[in-house]
Amino acid sequence: MTHGTEAVVTAPAVVVDATADPPSSGGKQRRVRRDTWATALRRDWRLYTFLVLPIAFLLLFRYVPMAGNVIAFRRFRPGGSIFGDEWVGLHYVEMFLNDPTFWRVFTNTVVLGALTLVIVFPLPIVLALMLNELRSRRFKKAVQTITYLPHFMSIVIVAGFVYELTALNGTINQIITAVGGEEISFMQRADWFRPVYVSSEIWQVVGFGTILYLAALTTIDDQLYEASRIDGANRWQQIWHITLPGIRPTIVVLLILNIGTFLAVGFEKVLLLYNPLTYSTADVIATYLYRVGLTSGSFSYAAAIGLFEAVIGLTLVLSANAISKRLVGASLW
Amino acid sequence: MVSTTPTAPDISAVRAVPTTIKDTRGYTVFRVVNAVLLVLVCLVTLYPFVNLIAQAFSSQGYIVAGEVNLWPKGFNLTTFETVFGDERFWTGYRNTIIQTVLATGIAMVLTTTMAYALSKRHLKGRSVFIGLVVVTMFFNGGLIPNYLLITNLGLKNTIWAIVLPNAISAFNLLVMKSFFENFPSDLEEAASIDGLTTYGIFGRIVLPLSKAVVATMVLFYAVSFWNAWFPAFLYLSDPGLQPVTLYLRNLLAGATGSGVEAGMETVQIGANIQAVAMLLTVLPIICFYPFIQKYFVSGVMLGSVKG
Repeated sequence: MTHGTEAVVTAPAVVVDATADPPSSGGKQRRVRRDTWATALRRDWRLYTFLVLPIAFLLLFRYVPMAGNVIAFRRFRPGGSIFGDEWVGLHYVEMFLNDPTFWRVFTNTVVLGALTLVIVFPLPIVLALMLNELRSRRFKKAVQTITYLPHFMSIVIVAGFVYELTALNGTINQIITAVGGEEISFMQRADWFRPVYVSSEIWQVVGFGTILYLAALTTIDDQLYEASRIDGANRWQQIWHITLPGIRPTIVVLLILNIGTFLAVGFEKVLLLYNPLTYSTADVIATYLYRVGLTSGSFSYAAAIGLFEAVIGLTLVLSANAISKRLVGASLW
Repeated sequence: MVSTTPTAPDISAVRAVPTTIKDTRGYTVFRVVNAVLLVLVCLVTLYPFVNLIAQAFSSQGYIVAGEVNLWPKGFNLTTFETVFGDERFWTGYRNTIIQTVLATGIAMVLTTTMAYALSKRHLKGRSVFIGLVVVTMFFNGGLIPNYLLITNLGLKNTIWAIVLPNAISAFNLLVMKSFFENFPSDLEEAASIDGLTTYGIFGRIVLPLSKAVVATMVLFYAVSFWNAWFPAFLYLSDPGLQPVTLYLRNLLAGATGSGVEAGMETVQIGANIQAVAMLLTVLPIICFYPFIQKYFVSGVMLGSVKG
């Protein structure tokens, strides 16, 4: 799934209901809110058995790795504890801050993230508005079915398509030579990596990205359009003054989320599409730490870079959320 | 305009207001342009698939010469025979099916039971457990600690490295939880009075009545496991365990040289073989897609409705 969409739709469900229902509608009025653990366990032990495995899973596969990030500050010995052997303080943090390659991949990550945000983010809005203007339901349905399809493709397949179309004998180069241009070896040229990456993103995510906007569009009251028509508004004015304001909350929430996942550029896609010839533009934080950690075996150094990225990501989500709460009153939780 | 009866013009005039404002000429032009653009969008979306099919049925010579676009040239089925005869492809396909089924099964058991327990508002400690889930949406251990954990647990080169670590998606869990929260409590109370325990209520009342949401979640999980390649790339160096996506990735890496630094085994092959392997991998998804699409849309809606 696209990261943005995934998180936004989840967020509202996160709100924990403070005014919990009383445990049972029976006569036990005195302790509606505060059961002791003994009472709760006796009454709900079967429910708690449902939680045992999932909680064990979360602790082992989610929280142990979180704690495992301490190796960013400890020396790790292969075969030793996954939490490292001895404290080395900020040694690895200083190391990457002084590493020119780190700053190169950091810049690449920011550029790719920004391009994705500026170019890919608005397109689902445009496509949703275009779909909304269609009068034939069938045609609309057909366009939706077709444009949602790429979302269901594995990243390996998407990468395969990219190689297929950008090959020297592929369709794009055939078009270029047909109009008298020179063949371009897209995948071997650093200056072409960003356009290729962004185009493949557009192909894959824009269609499915319309879902939430289309849902928001259906909630706009038809009477607003009727009233505006009586007042003499044309279709353009309707789009501008009714449709767009109607989906503004959705746009804002999705924008916040996209800003939050700014640095989380498609790691797997980059890994499949880049090669040493294109490192200068294609190498991002995630792929660099993958090579440093798993190809060269500098686990602590790579973990320090990973932690840095995660902390920035978390900060971005939290601050974007705080800003939107202030400005537009829309918040994720 | 002259009217024969005094009242008629007024009525028709009032009625006519909303309908007589015809599309302006500019808007009509816009509608045509809009429809044409949308058709173009569809064509661009579909083109890679069409090109893929054309290449799969073409002979290697025409592909290299750059003559295959919309339609196969040098039509033949020998490429299919080559891929069908490739042991590794079938091993990969079998592994993908096994891993997808097992991983989806585990994920569904953990997700539904946890979601059901957390949907009970009176459950003590509920908000702590929910917090435990929510945190995982915004912060995760990262590549290196996860890799070290899996390695240290001895899961490397076992199927468990693929099917266990992604068993609970926080998103799916919270969607299910909010669905169960809206489950009519009268039904559960009645069942409880009839002597069913929590297990009975969950298994015999709640689950059978939640088929739609369960189906949606199965599809969410199954598609993500079917499409996954990176966990296998990290943890499965044994070719006998690798899923078809990884086989495909090795084909791509061999054909493009991008796998050199990764130190993985690569296979040197022609574009037509690659096309056939890709086609056979996406085929199940494309076949099921028309049926599962609506579940995906409804699943996304389900999550957003609460907002």
